[in-house]
Amino acid sequence: MSEVKGTGRVKRGMAEMLKGGVIMDVVNAEQAKIAEDAGAVAVMALERVPADIRAQGGVARMSDPDMIEKIQAAVSIPVMAKARIGHFVEAQVLQSLGVDYIDESEVLTPADYENHIDKWDFTVPFVCGATNLGEALRRINEGAAMIRSKGEAGTGDVSNAMQHMRKIGGEIRRLSSMREDELYVAAKELQAPYELVKEVAQSGKLPVVLFTAGGIATPADAALMMSMGADGVFIGSGIFKSGNPAERAAACVKATTFWNDAKVIADASRGLGEAMVGINVADLPAPHRLAERGW
Amino acid sequence: MKVGVLALQGDVREHIKALNACNINPIEVRRPSELAEVDALVLPGGESTTIGQLSEIFGLYDLIKARISQGMPVYGSCAGMILLANEVLDAKVGQKIFGGLDITVRRNAFGRQVDSFESDIDFADGSAAKVRAVFIRAPWVEKTGPDVQILASVESHPVAVRSKSLFATSFHPELTGDHRIHRYFIEEVARPALEKVK
Repeated sequence: MSEVKGTGRVKRGMAEMLKGGVIMDVVNAEQAKIAEDAGAVAVMALERVPADIRAQGGVARMSDPDMIEKIQAAVSIPVMAKARIGHFVEAQVLQSLGVDYIDESEVLTPADYENHIDKWDFTVPFVCGATNLGEALRRINEGAAMIRSKGEAGTGDVSNAMQHMRKIGGEIRRLSSMREDELYVAAKELQAPYELVKEVAQSGKLPVVLFTAGGIATPADAALMMSMGADGVFIGSGIFKSGNPAERAAACVKATTFWNDAKVIADASRGLGEAMVGINVADLPAPHRLAERGW
Repeated sequence: MKVGVLALQGDVREHIKALNACNINPIEVRRPSELAEVDALVLPGGESTTIGQLSEIFGLYDLIKARISQGMPVYGSCAGMILLANEVLDAKVGQKIFGGLDITVRRNAFGRQVDSFESDIDFADGSAAKVRAVFIRAPWVEKTGPDVQILASVESHPVAVRSKSLFATSFHPELTGDHRIHRYFIEEVARPALEKVK
Protein backbone atom coordinates (compact mmCIF):
# COMPACT_ATOMS: atom_id res chain seq x y z
CA MET A 1 0.00 0.00 0.00
CA SER A 2 1.44 3.34 -1.01
CA GLU A 3 0.51 6.16 1.33
CA VAL A 4 1.17 9.66 -0.01
CA LYS A 5 1.11 12.66 2.30
CA GLY A 6 0.74 16.33 1.43
CA THR A 7 -0.92 15.83 -1.98
CA GLY A 8 -2.96 18.63 -3.50
CA ARG A 9 -6.09 16.64 -2.78
CA VAL A 10 -5.19 16.16 0.88
CA LYS A 11 -4.32 19.85 1.29
CA ARG A 12 -7.31 21.26 -0.58
CA GLY A 13 -9.56 18.57 0.91
CA MET A 14 -8.74 19.76 4.43
CA ALA A 15 -10.18 23.17 3.51
CA GLU A 16 -13.31 21.51 2.07
CA MET A 17 -13.96 20.09 5.56
CA LEU A 18 -13.96 23.60 7.04
CA LYS A 19 -16.70 24.87 4.73
CA GLY A 20 -19.74 26.46 6.29
CA GLY A 21 -17.70 27.10 9.41
CA VAL A 22 -16.08 29.89 11.40
CA ILE A 23 -12.34 30.02 12.11
CA MET A 24 -11.52 32.19 15.13
CA ASP A 25 -8.36 34.07 16.17
CA VAL A 26 -7.21 33.10 19.67
CA VAL A 27 -4.20 34.20 21.70
CA ASN A 28 -4.21 31.57 24.47
CA ALA A 29 -5.55 28.13 25.44
CA GLU A 30 -8.49 29.59 27.36
CA GLN A 31 -9.73 31.52 24.32
CA ALA A 32 -9.18 28.44 22.15
CA LYS A 33 -11.49 26.43 24.42
CA ILE A 34 -14.14 29.16 24.30
CA ALA A 35 -13.92 29.09 20.50
CA GLU A 36 -14.19 25.28 20.34
CA ASP A 37 -17.15 25.27 22.74
CA ALA A 38 -18.85 27.92 20.60
CA GLY A 39 -18.62 25.66 17.55
CA ALA A 40 -15.55 27.01 15.72
CA VAL A 41 -14.28 24.62 13.01
CA ALA A 42 -10.69 25.68 13.68
CA VAL A 43 -8.70 28.27 15.61
CA MET A 44 -5.93 30.58 14.43
CA ALA A 45 -3.23 30.78 17.09
CA LEU A 46 -1.49 34.16 17.22
CA GLU A 47 0.21 36.35 19.76
CA ARG A 48 -1.89 39.46 19.26
CA VAL A 49 -5.19 39.82 17.43
CA PRO A 50 -5.02 42.26 14.49
CA ALA A 51 -6.70 45.08 16.46
CA ASP A 52 -3.87 44.95 19.01
CA ILE A 53 -1.17 44.67 16.34
CA ARG A 54 -2.68 47.82 14.87
CA ALA A 55 -2.89 49.63 18.22
CA GLN A 56 0.57 48.64 19.50
CA GLY A 57 2.48 48.86 16.22
CA GLY A 58 5.96 47.39 15.85
CA VAL A 59 6.97 44.33 13.85
CA ALA A 60 4.45 41.48 14.06
CA ARG A 61 5.94 37.97 13.75
CA MET A 62 5.14 34.26 14.04
CA SER A 63 3.89 33.25 17.50
CA ASP A 64 5.94 31.63 20.25
CA PRO A 65 6.01 27.81 19.71
CA ASP A 66 5.15 27.27 23.40
CA MET A 67 1.97 29.26 22.97
CA ILE A 68 1.00 27.32 19.84
CA GLU A 69 1.63 23.99 21.55
CA LYS A 70 -0.49 24.98 24.54
CA ILE A 71 -3.35 25.76 22.20
CA GLN A 72 -2.85 22.47 20.32
CA ALA A 73 -3.04 20.63 23.64
CA ALA A 74 -6.18 22.50 24.72
CA VAL A 75 -8.47 21.76 21.76
CA SER A 76 -9.40 18.86 19.46
CA ILE A 77 -10.24 21.02 16.42
CA PRO A 78 -7.60 22.06 13.84
CA VAL A 79 -5.07 24.70 14.89
CA MET A 80 -3.77 27.16 12.30
CA ALA A 81 -0.97 29.67 12.72
CA LYS A 82 0.39 32.66 10.82
CA ALA A 83 3.76 33.10 9.13
CA ARG A 84 5.02 36.38 7.66
CA ILE A 85 4.70 36.78 3.89
CA GLY A 86 7.80 35.24 2.31
CA HIS A 87 9.21 33.97 5.62
CA PHE A 88 9.70 30.32 4.69
CA VAL A 89 11.68 29.54 7.82
CA GLU A 90 8.79 30.60 10.05
CA ALA A 91 6.66 28.30 7.91
CA GLN A 92 9.14 25.42 8.37
CA VAL A 93 8.99 25.98 12.12
CA LEU A 94 5.19 25.94 12.11
CA GLN A 95 5.17 22.75 10.03
CA SER A 96 7.54 21.09 12.50
CA LEU A 97 5.12 22.00 15.30
CA GLY A 98 2.39 20.13 13.44
CA VAL A 99 0.01 23.05 12.89
CA ASP A 100 -2.84 22.01 10.60
CA TYR A 101 -2.77 25.03 8.26
CA ILE A 102 -0.39 27.96 7.81
CA ASP A 103 -1.75 31.40 7.02
CA GLU A 104 0.85 33.35 5.05
CA SER A 105 -0.61 36.55 6.34
CA GLU A 106 -0.49 40.26 5.56
CA VAL A 107 -1.53 40.85 9.19
CA LEU A 108 2.08 40.14 10.18
CA THR A 109 4.89 42.37 8.96
CA PRO A 110 6.09 41.02 5.59
CA ALA A 111 9.54 39.41 5.45
CA ASP A 112 9.84 39.68 1.66
CA TYR A 113 8.41 42.51 -0.41
CA GLU A 114 8.71 40.65 -3.71
CA ASN A 115 8.26 36.91 -3.20
CA HIS A 116 5.77 34.81 -1.33
CA ILE A 117 6.65 31.41 0.16
CA ASP A 118 7.00 28.51 -2.30
CA LYS A 119 4.17 26.57 -0.74
CA TRP A 120 4.63 23.44 -2.92
CA ASP A 121 7.73 22.74 -0.80
CA PHE A 122 5.59 21.92 2.25
CA THR A 123 3.46 19.01 3.48
CA VAL A 124 1.30 21.34 5.55
CA PRO A 125 -1.31 23.28 3.53
CA PHE A 126 -1.38 27.09 3.26
CA VAL A 127 -4.14 29.68 3.17
CA CYS A 128 -3.33 33.08 1.66
CA GLY A 129 -5.16 36.38 1.43
CA ALA A 130 -6.31 38.00 -1.81
CA THR A 131 -8.04 41.23 -2.74
CA ASN A 132 -8.78 40.21 -6.34
CA LEU A 133 -8.79 37.19 -8.66
CA GLY A 134 -5.29 37.72 -10.07
CA GLU A 135 -3.80 37.79 -6.58
CA ALA A 136 -5.77 34.66 -5.61
CA LEU A 137 -4.52 32.76 -8.68
CA ARG A 138 -0.90 33.84 -8.12
CA ARG A 139 -1.13 32.42 -4.60
CA ILE A 140 -2.69 29.18 -5.88
CA ASN A 141 0.08 28.96 -8.47
CA GLU A 142 2.58 29.14 -5.57
CA GLY A 143 0.77 26.25 -3.86
CA ALA A 144 -1.90 27.85 -1.65
CA ALA A 145 -4.62 25.25 -0.95
CA MET A 146 -7.18 27.76 0.34
CA ILE A 147 -7.83 31.46 -0.27
CA ARG A 148 -9.39 34.04 1.99
CA SER A 149 -10.45 37.46 0.85
CA LYS A 150 -8.38 39.91 2.88
CA GLY A 151 -10.72 42.62 4.05
CA GLU A 152 -9.04 45.05 6.43
CA ALA A 153 -8.03 43.09 9.53
CA GLY A 154 -8.48 44.50 13.01
CA THR A 155 -10.97 47.20 12.08
CA GLY A 156 -14.41 45.68 12.64
CA ASP A 157 -15.31 47.44 9.37
CA VAL A 158 -16.66 44.93 6.87
CA SER A 159 -16.55 47.20 3.83
CA ASN A 160 -13.20 45.99 2.50
CA ALA A 161 -14.15 42.32 2.87
CA MET A 162 -17.27 43.15 0.90
CA GLN A 163 -15.26 44.95 -1.77
CA HIS A 164 -12.81 42.03 -2.12
CA MET A 165 -15.56 39.39 -2.33
CA ARG A 166 -17.39 41.43 -4.97
CA LYS A 167 -14.15 41.91 -6.89
CA ILE A 168 -13.19 38.22 -6.87
CA GLY A 169 -16.74 37.11 -7.70
CA GLY A 170 -17.10 39.73 -10.43
CA GLU A 171 -13.83 38.78 -12.09
CA ILE A 172 -14.80 35.09 -12.05
CA ARG A 173 -18.17 35.90 -13.65
CA ARG A 174 -16.41 38.00 -16.28
CA LEU A 175 -14.06 35.13 -17.18
CA SER A 176 -17.00 32.73 -17.44
CA SER A 177 -18.64 34.94 -20.04
CA MET A 178 -15.54 35.24 -22.27
CA ARG A 179 -14.75 33.50 -25.54
CA GLU A 180 -11.93 30.99 -25.18
CA ASP A 181 -9.64 33.01 -27.44
CA GLU A 182 -9.99 36.01 -25.12
CA LEU A 183 -8.59 34.17 -22.09
CA TYR A 184 -4.95 34.75 -23.10
CA VAL A 185 -5.33 38.50 -22.73
CA ALA A 186 -7.43 38.01 -19.60
CA ALA A 187 -4.54 36.04 -18.07
CA LYS A 188 -2.14 38.84 -19.00
CA GLU A 189 -4.40 41.46 -17.43
CA LEU A 190 -4.94 39.41 -14.26
CA GLN A 191 -1.18 38.72 -14.07
CA ALA A 192 -2.07 35.09 -13.46
CA PRO A 193 -1.11 31.80 -15.15
CA TYR A 194 -3.18 31.01 -18.25
CA GLU A 195 -3.93 27.42 -17.15
CA LEU A 196 -5.54 28.61 -13.90
CA VAL A 197 -7.44 31.37 -15.70
CA LYS A 198 -8.82 28.80 -18.13
CA GLU A 199 -9.80 26.47 -15.28
CA VAL A 200 -11.69 29.26 -13.50
CA ALA A 201 -13.39 30.33 -16.75
CA GLN A 202 -14.64 26.77 -17.30
CA SER A 203 -15.68 25.91 -13.75
CA GLY A 204 -16.99 29.34 -12.72
CA LYS A 205 -15.23 29.12 -9.36
CA LEU A 206 -11.79 29.12 -7.76
CA PRO A 207 -10.06 25.72 -7.78
CA VAL A 208 -9.76 25.94 -3.97
CA VAL A 209 -12.05 26.84 -1.09
CA LEU A 210 -12.66 30.61 -0.67
CA PHE A 211 -13.21 31.96 2.85
CA THR A 212 -13.54 35.59 3.78
CA ALA A 213 -11.78 37.61 6.48
CA GLY A 214 -11.10 41.10 7.75
CA GLY A 215 -13.52 43.26 9.71
CA ILE A 216 -16.26 40.72 10.45
CA ALA A 217 -17.71 41.61 13.86
CA THR A 218 -21.37 40.53 13.97
CA PRO A 219 -23.54 37.52 13.03
CA ALA A 220 -25.05 39.62 10.24
CA ASP A 221 -21.54 40.41 8.90
CA ALA A 222 -20.79 36.67 8.76
CA ALA A 223 -24.08 35.95 6.96
CA LEU A 224 -23.44 38.82 4.54
CA MET A 225 -20.13 37.26 3.53
CA MET A 226 -21.72 33.83 3.10
CA SER A 227 -24.38 35.33 0.85
CA MET A 228 -21.58 36.91 -1.24
CA GLY A 229 -20.38 33.38 -2.00
CA ALA A 230 -17.83 32.78 0.77
CA ASP A 231 -17.41 29.12 1.78
CA GLY A 232 -16.85 30.17 5.40
CA VAL A 233 -15.48 33.02 7.52
CA PHE A 234 -12.45 33.95 9.59
CA ILE A 235 -13.22 36.15 12.59
CA GLY A 236 -10.18 37.80 14.10
CA SER A 237 -10.51 40.62 16.59
CA GLY A 238 -14.32 40.64 16.27
CA ILE A 239 -14.89 37.99 18.95
CA PHE A 240 -12.37 38.48 21.73
CA LYS A 241 -12.45 42.28 21.44
CA SER A 242 -16.20 42.26 22.09
CA GLY A 243 -18.17 42.42 25.33
CA ASN A 244 -19.27 38.77 25.43
CA PRO A 245 -16.92 36.57 23.39
CA ALA A 246 -18.52 33.16 24.10
CA GLU A 247 -22.00 34.24 23.06
CA ARG A 248 -20.84 36.31 20.11
CA ALA A 249 -18.75 33.39 18.84
CA ALA A 250 -21.70 30.97 19.08
CA ALA A 251 -23.98 33.53 17.40
CA CYS A 252 -21.59 33.95 14.46
CA VAL A 253 -21.43 30.15 14.04
CA LYS A 254 -25.25 29.96 13.88
CA ALA A 255 -25.50 32.83 11.41
CA THR A 256 -22.84 31.25 9.16
CA THR A 257 -24.85 28.02 8.87
CA PHE A 258 -28.23 29.80 8.44
CA TRP A 259 -26.89 32.73 6.41
CA ASN A 260 -30.03 32.82 4.26
CA ASP A 261 -32.51 32.78 7.15
CA ALA A 262 -32.99 36.31 8.55
CA LYS A 263 -35.03 35.03 11.48
CA VAL A 264 -32.21 32.81 12.73
CA ILE A 265 -29.73 35.70 12.26
CA ALA A 266 -32.07 38.02 14.20
CA ASP A 267 -32.30 35.54 17.08
CA ALA A 268 -28.55 35.03 17.05
CA SER A 269 -27.99 38.80 17.17
CA ARG A 270 -30.03 39.40 20.35
CA GLY A 271 -28.38 40.39 23.62
CA LEU A 272 -24.76 40.00 22.56
CA GLY A 273 -23.59 43.15 24.34
CA GLU A 274 -20.97 45.47 22.88
CA ALA A 275 -19.47 44.62 19.50
CA MET A 276 -15.81 45.56 19.05
CA VAL A 277 -15.55 49.33 18.77
CA GLY A 278 -13.84 49.32 15.42
CA ILE A 279 -12.15 51.79 13.11
CA ASN A 280 -13.54 53.05 9.82
CA VAL A 281 -11.19 51.88 7.08
CA ALA A 282 -11.62 55.28 5.40
CA ASP A 283 -9.97 56.91 8.46
CA LEU A 284 -6.88 54.69 8.19
CA PRO A 285 -3.93 56.33 6.47
CA ALA A 286 -2.82 54.27 3.46
CA PRO A 287 0.47 53.01 4.99
CA HIS A 288 -1.55 51.42 7.81
CA ARG A 289 -3.78 49.39 5.52
CA LEU A 290 -2.81 45.73 5.73
CA ALA A 291 -4.78 44.56 2.67
CA GLU A 292 -2.24 46.28 0.40
CA ARG A 293 0.50 43.90 1.57
CA GLY A 294 0.85 41.00 -0.89
CA TRP A 295 2.07 41.05 -4.47
CA MET B 1 -35.79 7.08 -2.29
CA LYS B 2 -35.32 10.55 -0.87
CA VAL B 3 -31.85 11.12 0.54
CA GLY B 4 -30.73 14.06 2.68
CA VAL B 5 -27.27 15.43 3.37
CA LEU B 6 -26.91 16.99 6.82
CA ALA B 7 -25.90 20.52 5.81
CA LEU B 8 -24.95 22.25 9.07
CA GLN B 9 -21.23 22.39 8.20
CA GLY B 10 -18.70 20.49 6.11
CA ASP B 11 -18.24 19.22 2.56
CA VAL B 12 -21.95 19.01 1.79
CA ARG B 13 -21.58 20.02 -1.88
CA GLU B 14 -19.15 17.15 -2.63
CA HIS B 15 -21.53 14.56 -1.15
CA ILE B 16 -24.39 15.99 -3.19
CA LYS B 17 -22.30 15.69 -6.36
CA ALA B 18 -21.34 12.10 -5.55
CA LEU B 19 -24.99 11.19 -4.90
CA ASN B 20 -26.02 12.90 -8.14
CA ALA B 21 -23.62 10.56 -9.92
CA CYS B 22 -25.58 7.65 -8.38
CA ASN B 23 -28.84 9.03 -9.85
CA ILE B 24 -29.97 10.42 -6.50
CA ASN B 25 -31.17 13.99 -6.12
CA PRO B 26 -30.55 14.71 -2.44
CA ILE B 27 -31.85 17.61 -0.35
CA GLU B 28 -29.88 19.61 2.21
CA VAL B 29 -31.08 18.99 5.76
CA ARG B 30 -30.81 21.87 8.24
CA ARG B 31 -34.27 21.85 9.81
CA PRO B 32 -36.56 19.26 11.44
CA SER B 33 -39.06 19.65 8.57
CA GLU B 34 -36.35 18.73 6.06
CA LEU B 35 -35.28 15.71 8.09
CA ALA B 36 -38.89 14.50 8.13
CA GLU B 37 -38.88 14.42 4.31
CA VAL B 38 -35.95 12.05 3.86
CA ASP B 39 -35.70 8.25 3.91
CA ALA B 40 -31.92 8.14 4.31
CA LEU B 41 -29.25 10.55 5.51
CA VAL B 42 -25.59 11.28 4.74
CA LEU B 43 -23.41 12.85 7.44
CA PRO B 44 -20.63 14.74 5.60
CA GLY B 45 -17.02 15.35 6.43
CA GLY B 46 -16.39 18.42 8.55
CA GLU B 47 -15.79 19.16 12.22
CA SER B 48 -17.70 16.63 14.30
CA THR B 49 -17.77 18.97 17.32
CA THR B 50 -19.36 21.77 15.27
CA ILE B 51 -21.89 19.56 13.48
CA GLY B 52 -22.97 17.83 16.72
CA GLN B 53 -23.39 21.12 18.50
CA LEU B 54 -25.35 22.81 15.69
CA SER B 55 -27.63 19.78 15.45
CA GLU B 56 -28.58 20.28 19.07
CA ILE B 57 -29.07 24.05 18.82
CA PHE B 58 -31.36 23.69 15.81
CA GLY B 59 -33.48 20.87 17.21
CA LEU B 60 -32.14 18.05 15.03
CA TYR B 61 -30.10 16.12 17.58
CA ASP B 62 -32.88 14.14 19.27
CA LEU B 63 -34.75 13.69 16.00
CA ILE B 64 -31.73 12.21 14.20
CA LYS B 65 -31.01 9.92 17.16
CA ALA B 66 -34.62 8.73 17.08
CA ARG B 67 -34.60 8.16 13.31
CA ILE B 68 -31.35 6.16 13.62
CA SER B 69 -32.89 3.93 16.27
CA GLN B 70 -35.94 3.44 14.02
CA GLY B 71 -33.65 2.08 11.30
CA MET B 72 -33.09 5.06 8.97
CA PRO B 73 -30.15 4.23 6.66
CA VAL B 74 -27.24 6.57 7.36
CA TYR B 75 -23.80 6.94 5.80
CA GLY B 76 -21.13 8.97 7.58
CA SER B 77 -17.71 9.94 6.21
CA CYS B 78 -14.94 10.99 8.62
CA ALA B 79 -16.75 13.42 10.97
CA GLY B 80 -19.87 11.45 10.02
CA MET B 81 -18.25 8.24 11.28
CA ILE B 82 -17.50 9.92 14.60
CA LEU B 83 -21.08 11.15 14.88
CA LEU B 84 -22.41 7.62 14.24
CA ALA B 85 -20.13 5.83 16.71
CA ASN B 86 -21.44 4.61 20.06
CA GLU B 87 -18.16 5.61 21.70
CA VAL B 88 -15.54 8.23 20.77
CA LEU B 89 -12.01 8.40 22.17
CA ASP B 90 -10.13 11.74 22.27
CA ALA B 91 -13.44 13.55 22.01
CA LYS B 92 -14.00 17.06 23.24
CA VAL B 93 -15.49 16.95 26.76
CA GLY B 94 -19.27 16.77 26.40
CA GLN B 95 -19.09 16.31 22.60
CA LYS B 96 -22.49 15.51 21.08
CA ILE B 97 -22.66 12.36 18.95
CA PHE B 98 -25.72 10.56 17.58
CA GLY B 99 -24.41 7.02 18.11
CA GLY B 100 -26.17 3.89 16.84
CA LEU B 101 -23.21 2.14 15.24
CA ASP B 102 -21.62 -0.31 17.67
CA ILE B 103 -18.04 0.88 17.28
CA THR B 104 -15.41 2.75 19.27
CA VAL B 105 -13.72 5.42 17.18
CA ARG B 106 -10.54 7.36 17.92
CA ARG B 107 -10.65 10.95 16.66
CA ASN B 108 -7.68 12.27 14.63
CA ALA B 109 -6.16 8.80 15.08
CA PHE B 110 -3.86 9.05 12.06
CA GLY B 111 -2.49 12.34 13.37
CA ARG B 112 -2.64 15.99 12.46
CA GLN B 113 -2.99 17.48 8.98
CA VAL B 114 0.73 16.94 8.16
CA ASP B 115 0.01 13.19 8.56
CA SER B 116 -3.08 13.24 6.32
CA PHE B 117 -2.64 10.99 3.28
CA GLU B 118 -4.21 9.22 0.35
CA SER B 119 -3.82 5.59 -0.53
CA ASP B 120 -5.30 2.74 -2.62
CA ILE B 121 -7.18 0.34 -0.36
CA ASP B 122 -9.30 -2.79 -0.74
CA PHE B 123 -13.02 -2.37 -0.16
CA ALA B 124 -15.04 -5.54 0.47
CA ASP B 125 -17.98 -4.97 -1.86
CA GLY B 126 -17.08 -7.91 -4.09
CA SER B 127 -14.94 -5.92 -6.52
CA ALA B 128 -11.22 -6.61 -6.81
CA ALA B 129 -10.47 -3.01 -7.82
CA LYS B 130 -8.92 -0.76 -5.22
CA VAL B 131 -10.53 2.41 -3.94
CA ARG B 132 -8.53 5.64 -3.75
CA ALA B 133 -9.07 6.74 -0.17
CA VAL B 134 -8.34 10.25 1.13
CA PHE B 135 -7.73 10.48 4.88
CA ILE B 136 -7.84 13.97 6.42
CA ARG B 137 -7.14 14.18 10.16
CA ALA B 138 -9.01 10.92 9.99
CA PRO B 139 -10.38 8.72 12.77
CA TRP B 140 -10.03 4.95 12.86
CA VAL B 141 -12.12 2.26 14.48
CA GLU B 142 -10.58 0.71 17.59
CA LYS B 143 -13.34 -1.70 18.62
CA THR B 144 -16.29 -3.21 16.80
CA GLY B 145 -19.36 -4.91 18.23
CA PRO B 146 -20.39 -8.45 17.16
CA ASP B 147 -22.80 -7.29 14.43
CA VAL B 148 -20.34 -4.93 12.79
CA GLN B 149 -18.85 -5.92 9.44
CA ILE B 150 -15.39 -4.52 8.60
CA LEU B 151 -15.25 -3.55 4.92
CA ALA B 152 -11.80 -1.93 4.74
CA SER B 153 -8.73 -1.51 6.94
CA VAL B 154 -5.46 0.42 6.94
CA GLU B 155 -2.59 -1.18 8.87
CA SER B 156 -5.09 -3.40 10.71
CA HIS B 157 -7.25 -0.44 11.75
CA PRO B 158 -10.79 -0.67 10.34
CA VAL B 159 -11.64 2.39 8.22
CA ALA B 160 -14.95 1.26 6.66
CA VAL B 161 -17.60 -0.50 8.73
CA ARG B 162 -21.23 -1.42 8.47
CA SER B 163 -23.92 -2.68 10.78
CA LYS B 164 -27.40 -3.19 9.31
CA SER B 165 -28.49 0.15 7.84
CA LEU B 166 -25.59 2.18 9.24
CA PHE B 167 -22.40 2.58 7.20
CA ALA B 168 -19.31 4.67 7.90
CA THR B 169 -15.88 5.37 6.39
CA SER B 170 -13.05 7.29 8.00
CA PHE B 171 -11.96 8.45 4.53
CA HIS B 172 -13.59 10.84 2.04
CA PRO B 173 -14.87 9.13 -1.14
CA GLU B 174 -16.67 12.39 -1.97
CA LEU B 175 -13.31 14.01 -2.82
CA THR B 176 -12.11 11.58 -5.49
CA GLY B 177 -14.72 11.37 -8.24
CA ASP B 178 -14.94 7.58 -7.76
CA HIS B 179 -18.54 7.03 -6.64
CA ARG B 180 -18.30 3.37 -5.69
CA ILE B 181 -18.66 4.00 -1.95
CA HIS B 182 -21.76 6.17 -2.39
CA ARG B 183 -23.23 3.61 -4.81
CA TYR B 184 -22.58 0.91 -2.21
CA PHE B 185 -24.49 2.95 0.39
CA ILE B 186 -27.43 3.58 -1.92
CA GLU B 187 -27.70 0.14 -3.53
CA GLU B 188 -26.41 -2.24 -0.84
CA VAL B 189 -27.30 -0.45 2.40
CA ALA B 190 -30.15 2.03 1.96
CA ARG B 191 -32.29 0.42 -0.75
CA PRO B 192 -32.49 -3.07 0.84
CA ALA B 193 -33.18 -1.54 4.28
CA LEU B 194 -35.99 0.64 2.96
CA GLU B 195 -37.53 -2.19 0.93
CA LYS B 196 -37.65 -4.34 4.03
CA VAL B 197 -39.64 -1.63 5.83
CA LYS B 198 -42.17 -1.54 2.98
